[in-house]
Amino acid sequence: MELHFALWQHIPFVCILLPLASAALTSVMKPRLARWWAMGVLVVVTALSAHISAQFFFGAEGYVFPMGHYYAPIGNEIRAGSLEALTSLFFSLIMLFSLMGGMKKLDEHLDNNKQNLYYVVLLLLTAALMAQVYTNDLFTSYVFLEIMTLAACALIAVRKRGRTLVAATRYMIMNLIGSGLFLLGIVILYDLTGHLLMEDIHEQVAAIAATGEYAQPLTVVIALFAIGLAIKSALFPFHTWVPDAYGFSTPTSAAVLSSLVSKGYIFLLIKIMYRVIGLDVIAATGIDDVLFVFSLTGMVMGSISALRQNDVRRMIAFSSVAQIGYIYLGMAIGTETGMMAAMFHLFSHAVCKSMLFLAAGGLADASNNSKIFRDLRGSGYRSPIAGVAFTIGALSMVGFPFLGGFVSKLNLALAGLELSPVRASLVLVTLAVSTTLNTMYFLRTVITLYRKPREGVTYSVERGQRGFCFNAALVLLAALNVALGIFSQAAVNMITTGLQMFG
Amino acid sequence: MAKIRPDYENSWWAKLLRWLETGSTALDDALTGELDAKSADHLIASNTHHDAQEQELEERRHAALEREKRLYDHIHQWAQNRGSRLMRWVYIIASVVMCLGIIALLLTTAANLPPYGDPNNPVNNEVSGHYIEKGMQETGAVNIVAGMILDYRAFDTLGESNVLFIAAVTVLILLRLAPSKDGKPTTEQLEAEADDRMYEPKHDVILQHQANLLVPLILLFGVYVIMNGHISPGGGFSGGAIMGAGLILYLNAHGFRKTERFFTFTTFRIVSLCALSFYACSKAYSFFTGANHLTSIFTPGTPGMLFSAGLIPYLNIAVGLVVCCTMYAFYTLFRKGDM
Repeated sequence: MELHFALWQHIPFVCILLPLASAALTSVMKPRLARWWAMGVLVVVTALSAHISAQFFFGAEGYVFPMGHYYAPIGNEIRAGSLEALTSLFFSLIMLFSLMGGMKKLDEHLDNNKQNLYYVVLLLLTAALMAQVYTNDLFTSYVFLEIMTLAACALIAVRKRGRTLVAATRYMIMNLIGSGLFLLGIVILYDLTGHLLMEDIHEQVAAIAATGEYAQPLTVVIALFAIGLAIKSALFPFHTWVPDAYGFSTPTSAAVLSSLVSKGYIFLLIKIMYRVIGLDVIAATGIDDVLFVFSLTGMVMGSISALRQNDVRRMIAFSSVAQIGYIYLGMAIGTETGMMAAMFHLFSHAVCKSMLFLAAGGLADASNNSKIFRDLRGSGYRSPIAGVAFTIGALSMVGFPFLGGFVSKLNLALAGLELSPVRASLVLVTLAVSTTLNTMYFLRTVITLYRKPREGVTYSVERGQRGFCFNAALVLLAALNVALGIFSQAAVNMITTGLQMFG
Repeated sequence: MAKIRPDYENSWWAKLLRWLETGSTALDDALTGELDAKSADHLIASNTHHDAQEQELEERRHAALEREKRLYDHIHQWAQNRGSRLMRWVYIIASVVMCLGIIALLLTTAANLPPYGDPNNPVNNEVSGHYIEKGMQETGAVNIVAGMILDYRAFDTLGESNVLFIAAVTVLILLRLAPSKDGKPTTEQLEAEADDRMYEPKHDVILQHQANLLVPLILLFGVYVIMNGHISPGGGFSGGAIMGAGLILYLNAHGFRKTERFFTFTTFRIVSLCALSFYACSKAYSFFTGANHLTSIFTPGTPGMLFSAGLIPYLNIAVGLVVCCTMYAFYTLFRKGDM
């Protein structure tokens, strides 16, 4: 049997189909078996993604892989390059760690007969994320975007509480509006270009933009894509669904939602900007200026809202809004450096936020299940690993050197300097203001964690010991954070070559 | 050392510590500060002076309280009555304006698109030409839509059938009532059951006879639409919906006691599992052989025959089963929170 592709080139295909096929299988299993099965699948996907990332790291070329007997544009195809490989590695790693870290909590928060359904949802979400990362076809990305939306709703609503149901409903409404706008964009773009394959659309769009015939519909298409995906990834004025969705769901769900689902949409938007529309066409329509304004406001307003919170989970949720603003800022700058900074911050924020949500869950557990700052005093001593992980995450978000957040802020500032003087100063000032605000609310939390506990309150410390998996997940995530900060150049190089392969 | 200061409570350090502890209470601080400002002064003066001062203090405190209450009432009442009404109107007007704006924008866009039906449109390119000219010969499906969704773009449809599956799972997560730990039904479940029995049509002879007549025909028609999906218009999605409707009609006529003999939660899981895994595995095989230029064991066959068009009839069956189960599951879950 002579294979046309090398064995390692089948990895994207396996990474999509393995979780997809095993999701249905999980629904008939006993909960305990389902959990280990899901973990096993995630481990396999992570290992494969690591292998393909290594291949690209050592200089392999990007390639397309047809999904069927017909080559694109007749059939579907997926595409792999170093950026896709790195993203899939990060996504699967974070998915695995989030599941590990929140596993004990799932027993408590989930009804008995819904445990295995949760793993079905997680596996389908993994498959959808992988497909979203690798696909080379705009319509395929829409199909898997639907799976991501529904899976996210299930992840929020699985913990039965009034607040989560409200949050899930709100999430559903906002996200369906986002999906609707995105689909409208695809329809209009298809009408203009007659293609769904990304490269073919890119060619046609360049031709249309050169003649200037369909300038108005093209602008509307770009606006629909940008706004649709901005709603789904909670950019500032569209962020109202965030705090409840992230603040009240079970820790695994919160970690997955904030660091994977919203990042999947952002990755799709980056792909569209680069591979479908083209950065120069977007710059000509002025949509990037809108994103620029939204992201700058988001960076400040998200932080201010975070400052006013009394509940640590909601604070982290609002901090996510600010950080999404950072990512969009990089994209709105629209240069190669800006995109690189956005991608890097996407990774560093994903790694950091999942750790913060898991650690906050652990800290709340050690404080009689309360997430209010007053009750969290001294929880850093009662749940040491969660405390240290939270501190590392907070420092990384603030932008402490040797951690991921520092490098992304540095890159963002450097990218900002490429703009005109007025904009550059706007970027730098907003970065400074936002960083100061970040420091205020994160260090306040860290200080609270290590203060003397309130007198007259007893804590059941046994609840703080969350078992091996929780500790291992936090330690590994913390290590990943530090590694991303120290070996940032490797990641930056991979992102840069990946973006070049994109174009 | 700082604590020796008499006005320690008002110092910046104390405020910072308080803020760290409880979050922002700036408004409260301001209000209490105003009230306590005078009372903190200890009165060491003579008795007459003392009385006068106390009187004044009392008045001040009273005035401050009064002022605060007025302010509070004003703000509160305004927010409760006029404010909320005003905001509601603002929201209504803003949303109407937004809607009209978006409608106008999209209509203008539609007007600026390439004219409908023009042969020179960008949509009429080599891709759609390929589907129309070579579709039947390459896929073996007379129904070009079936060839398109289940062969050319099967990856999308694989995702789409999983969208249905995850929708069913999400509804299950939302609506399925959980049994208690020892496996006995909870009061919630019993109540839902009783509710359902109350509203269920009981021994409705007309409905039952009609259903007995129609359900076999509907199911048969569903099977026909699914099995001929590659020959005539139809296919898994539409046929599955027809079959699901037939099952729902049967359930309405005869109640859960009869349908549970052949369709329970386990049936749903097993059927979905088999259909979806068959779909995923067969398509994985087909993608693998396609990408590596290997010959697939599934060939187009003679177009127009029942068993032709390679995998398409079998995939139609799989999709049909998933759709049918999902529809039926939605209905039962919305009705009593279980199957």
